[in-house]
Amino acid sequence: MIPQSFQYESPGTLEEAIQLLHQYGDEAKILSGGHSLIPMMKLRFATPEALIDINNIPGLSYIREEGGKIKIGALTREVDLERSETLAKIFPIFRDATKLIADPQVRNMGTIGGNLAHGDAANDHPAVMMALNATIVATGADGPREIPIDEFFYGFYMTALQHGEILTEIQIPVPPAGTGSAYHKLERKVGDYATAGVAVQLTLGDDGMVKAAGIGLTNVNPTPMRAGRSEAALIGKPLSEESIDEAARLASEDCSPSSDLRGSEEYKRAMVAVLVKRMIHEAANKARQ
Amino acid sequence: MLKQITVTVNGEQHTLEVEPRLLLVHMIRELLNLTGTHIGCDTSSCGACTILLDGKSVKSCTVLAVQANGKSITTIEGVAKDGQLSPLQEGFKENHGLHCGFCTPGMILRATELLANNPNPTEEEIRWGIAGNLCRCTGYNNIVKAIQYAGAKIRGEELPSTEPEFV
Repeated sequence: MIPQSFQYESPGTLEEAIQLLHQYGDEAKILSGGHSLIPMMKLRFATPEALIDINNIPGLSYIREEGGKIKIGALTREVDLERSETLAKIFPIFRDATKLIADPQVRNMGTIGGNLAHGDAANDHPAVMMALNATIVATGADGPREIPIDEFFYGFYMTALQHGEILTEIQIPVPPAGTGSAYHKLERKVGDYATAGVAVQLTLGDDGMVKAAGIGLTNVNPTPMRAGRSEAALIGKPLSEESIDEAARLASEDCSPSSDLRGSEEYKRAMVAVLVKRMIHEAANKARQ
Repeated sequence: MLKQITVTVNGEQHTLEVEPRLLLVHMIRELLNLTGTHIGCDTSSCGACTILLDGKSVKSCTVLAVQANGKSITTIEGVAKDGQLSPLQEGFKENHGLHCGFCTPGMILRATELLANNPNPTEEEIRWGIAGNLCRCTGYNNIVKAIQYAGAKIRGEELPSTEPEFV
């Protein structure tokens, strides 16, 4: 319950925050919503020597459409994603995902940037961002750089973010008409991490052919995972029960879940197949609307 | 190193010297002696420590006191006005929405924001809206009724019956 002592800094600008990260070195952690970091500090799993609180930096929370992309500020809270009309119109998957993330109080604090930067395969946004082919913007002393989502997750709690960098924005390409998306996770109860979760975005042509497919998996692999062979099994073919079954089978084979309190490896593989099928159907239904 | 912070709690301004690692819930309970806010877990699950921070319900066990600098806090002690119970407090009493009372302060603060955002929630929206608050005693049904009662009172509608149902 009681965290170890640390220095607290509350910079008012991004430049100041980056400078502080350099000043404190490896022992500094960025405090965003605080709903992964503070719990870890309370259990002393994390004992940073300094916290750089970015909550008082203006201009890091927004959702806007610009140049064919939706740009989301890293400090945008889950509750704002949940209520955004812009997102609901273009990416119904956000409503699916946010209502399954934690609970209302946690969603009032937790941010999309923190959810991604934590690098936890159990978090839900990583799989969603894979399905949507997002790009992560990280800002350091030399300015911003773009990291494709497929190059972002390195390992258990590890991402491509370098020390001295802050995840500042998420960019998602606005998909063409005929696109639908859906997310669901199997969870034991509200607020739990996924037993298995699946995010799907599909673009269907007028002829019923699958023009594009993105499939991301939650908590069934050491890192957030793209089901690449499942996507390939759909793209360029008419959507059929056979191709959907094949995509489900491949995702179930390719993931690498561990047996734990949420179930055995075998059970989780079976649930991945079930969810891939359901989410493809849901995304396709939304694409046809 | 101590940090000086200024917070407005239930309308009253306080200036405090706090260690950065001090959790907001401990500041509220131990420095301000407002002990209505409770601690029911150490994993941010139970919601017994829920307060309003600038009008938003947050779990005060997962916010640092320093993060509340310059902000406004409402705890259960600030909910009644001039000795008059709030509609939610009255609703919990009339509908038997509490037994041991340990979750009640957090439950009422969470429901305060829920009704502020959605004055006429469905039963499903209420259950979803209080999903971050655990209760060991009531089984939740009477808490749902208490929130429905408060909603009706706030909307100025006829109050639902508080007679217990026998099924």
